[in-house]
Amino acid sequence: MKTDNAYLPWEAEIVDTIQETPDIFTWKLRFTDREVARNYSFKHGQFNMLYLYGVGEVAISVMSNDGECIYHTIRAVGRITKAMMKLPIGAHIGVRGPFGSAWPLDEARGKDVVFVTAGLGCAPVTSSIKYVVANRAAYGRLVIMQSVRHRNEGLWEPQYDEWRTLPDTQVLLTASRDKTRWPHWSLGRVSVLLDEAQYDKQNCVVMMCGPDAMMADTARTLVELGVPAESLFVSLERNMQCAVGHCGHCQLGGKFVCKDGPIFVWPQVAELMRVKGY
Amino acid sequence: MSDMRYLPRAALSGLIDAIRDAGYRVIGPREETGQGGLVYREIDGVEDLPQGLHDRQEPGSYRLEKTGSPRYFAWANTASAIKPFVYAPREKLWRVVHKEGRIHFEPVERDAAKTAILGVRACDLAALELQDAHFLRGKFVDPYYKARREKLLLVAVNCSHAAATCFCASTGDGPEVSTGYDILLDELEDGYLLRVGSTRGAMIVADLPLQAATQGHLEAALAQSEACRAQQRVLPGEKDLARLGEQLESARWTKVAERCLSCGNCTAVCPTCFCHRELEVPALDGKSSEHWRDADSCFSEDHSYIVGEVVRHGTRERYRQWMTHKLFNWVPQYGRIGCTGCGRCTTWCPVGIDFVAEANIVLGLAEAPEPELPHVDGSEAAQ
Amino acid sequence: MSKPRVAIHKFASCSGCQLAFVNMGTELVELVKLVDLVHMAEVGHVLPDDAEMDIAFIEGSITTPHDVERLKSIREHSKFLITMGACATSGGIQALRNNADSAEWMRSVYARPEFIHSLSTSGAIANYVKVDFELWGCPVSVRQMLSTVRSFLFGVPPQIQREKVCQECKRRGNNCIMVTQGAACMGPVTRTGCGALCPSFGAPCYTCYGPAENINVGSFGRRLMGLGLTQEQVVRKFSSINNAAPAFSDAAKLFCSEPWMEE
Repeated sequence: MKTDNAYLPWEAEIVDTIQETPDIFTWKLRFTDREVARNYSFKHGQFNMLYLYGVGEVAISVMSNDGECIYHTIRAVGRITKAMMKLPIGAHIGVRGPFGSAWPLDEARGKDVVFVTAGLGCAPVTSSIKYVVANRAAYGRLVIMQSVRHRNEGLWEPQYDEWRTLPDTQVLLTASRDKTRWPHWSLGRVSVLLDEAQYDKQNCVVMMCGPDAMMADTARTLVELGVPAESLFVSLERNMQCAVGHCGHCQLGGKFVCKDGPIFVWPQVAELMRVKGY
Repeated sequence: MSDMRYLPRAALSGLIDAIRDAGYRVIGPREETGQGGLVYREIDGVEDLPQGLHDRQEPGSYRLEKTGSPRYFAWANTASAIKPFVYAPREKLWRVVHKEGRIHFEPVERDAAKTAILGVRACDLAALELQDAHFLRGKFVDPYYKARREKLLLVAVNCSHAAATCFCASTGDGPEVSTGYDILLDELEDGYLLRVGSTRGAMIVADLPLQAATQGHLEAALAQSEACRAQQRVLPGEKDLARLGEQLESARWTKVAERCLSCGNCTAVCPTCFCHRELEVPALDGKSSEHWRDADSCFSEDHSYIVGEVVRHGTRERYRQWMTHKLFNWVPQYGRIGCTGCGRCTTWCPVGIDFVAEANIVLGLAEAPEPELPHVDGSEAAQ
Repeated sequence: MSKPRVAIHKFASCSGCQLAFVNMGTELVELVKLVDLVHMAEVGHVLPDDAEMDIAFIEGSITTPHDVERLKSIREHSKFLITMGACATSGGIQALRNNADSAEWMRSVYARPEFIHSLSTSGAIANYVKVDFELWGCPVSVRQMLSTVRSFLFGVPPQIQREKVCQECKRRGNNCIMVTQGAACMGPVTRTGCGALCPSFGAPCYTCYGPAENINVGSFGRRLMGLGLTQEQVVRKFSSINNAAPAFSDAAKLFCSEPWMEE
């Protein structure tokens, strides 16, 4: 990230759009300035600020970067992301980043890797899951737990089916509000999956992304089950506007989520996340 | 004592001229006649300074009184700090032009004018230092703040009286100015004790008719500062404030929310508050757009908005955020509390919530007054 | 792409919002390049109420049974309906009648009251139909109107601003006149949008833009009494241009000690 004026975006072209589900899309973006593209690199878990012309910016985690293009998977939920989904291929947007902290994928080498996600949380960890899958030999068991409200909520099910076939890999899915139990699916919140998951509690890294309450509940349960708190990581969502720790909106206690996070090791935020509305 | 000089009051205009000759526009305290109160605004000369004006501050009240004194700096502090001259409450960050399907980003010119501020107080200088830590010393430097900060010349004046709302002695930021100034004055009965704190300051005063400071001048200045140290309000010390993190579920937050208007006046006048929101101002024709930032407040709903949810939805949560950030969470962020004792949050609170009293009550160091009614100023009828 | 069709409809109002609109200057010329302004009684463009519209701005409140029918027809034929100003958004100053015996008033004013077909209330548009966006103010802010049109053209919902007037007042570098003069300024309970116009000239805010979000009318009203206002004066402060906005009518009830103010 350039440091002389971190507020100024670079121009990027939408090279391709993949409509993953009715409200999730993936953008393939190319910086129009090749120099910018060459110098750009990110770590899994970091985010970019994407700018929609005339409307504003939104923080979106980076999915991948192939040296020429960067990829973002975006859920159309807000004022800006809904309008972004309507942009045609060839349109231009603004991009600045990457910002924030990363998932501990290096620390996790040789250990079992557990991903716990819920609802909108799946996109920010998907890039990390793909990384572990691509470097499967470097890691121990891979456990993926995903909860949604309804099975038809726009999860990339084929992708999960593919991961299920990998060696030493467990994919556990649950729908919290469905009535019908589908093959490979549980009913209830993500907590119902925790007992089924098989991994070495003393030698694992758990990465979580989703609503605050889900992550806090899961983290507390896992600590009770004997997973060291230092092995748990959460990705927090807060109001990020400047992305450089200046605007103050993303503060959680003494943390600026945009620059100290969005990825935190659980003990950093465990107490703060106990406090409702903080 | 060799660095202490004496400037007769009649020569103060010479100082202003010297600053201007060095290429600075001069900002000084002056009375805001329409709205009342003192503000920092551009001044032409000593005639614009608030000679003989004295401030009387209480929670929710700021009044100026005329005294017969020839002094120009016989007030405790101004309505707003020097913050707006460095961290602008509203500014354009960049512009973008939409042309033939492409978008072109253009940074705004960051050409700040050389600006001298006369009459800066210890609390505000300490607050400037905190803002420097926030905007300049992290991984990312704020170029807009930096441009103005680098063009700033600071002429500080030690306080000669403390308002009822002042508590800089308990935060350790006053009443005397210790660092961060180019020129420092103590206003005495017929002139100024003068010190320089930078080469720039030394160059400006070089040709002034400075005299040697006498023992009498020094003693008078010391006595004045000592008198300012006796302040009505005392913020809890570091050790006590470190317990604020244990008070996040205190019942006191609900009590203060019964009186708090959630209007954000405290955050707006606070010399250390830095929160701002970004906003987009597209041209009507759609051919260009501007990206701005506005000073924002943790008392507004947008501040903690994430899709579909306002994290700090009520006044209880917002007041708690304001106080615990200022007095507790600032410490891990910048190594000290984010309050320098200026007392503006208390004076400029429309319902007169006393920040220091609330901190003491939350920490169990003082009893809540009973019954709890908002500050009542029955002496003056509103229209 | 054809230009969006825009109508400005008038109900019970002083037409001040339409005048503010006409008075916007050169931007009006720009605006009519971007949209087709097809209906606006104040400038003589009149179409029937069932003409199809992309955006319908509504000025004024609903005070007659005929208004209700007209409004429903407009809603049915408009993609996006935006209230424009205090009357349309909260019922306006005329909503003070909602607390009076309108039949009695009619008998005392008109020789033949049976010719008057009027509702007993002045109602906000949202009391009758779905409103997509509200523009507060008396009159409405042209800047906000244009920004709303611009958002529509970009295909995004307009941004809602509900912070207090105080925030804008402070950004302008004003000193608080409540604190310096004990003025009964309504800024701490009033929604932003005017640019803190009155306080910038040393005059107290009088609630043109309606209630802000998360206001504390109890504490504020008690403070006004502390500044010397009587309870009835406090009631009157809230019972102004946006008296029927729920947060303000509740505030008036809170401080009301006079039976005539009660429903």
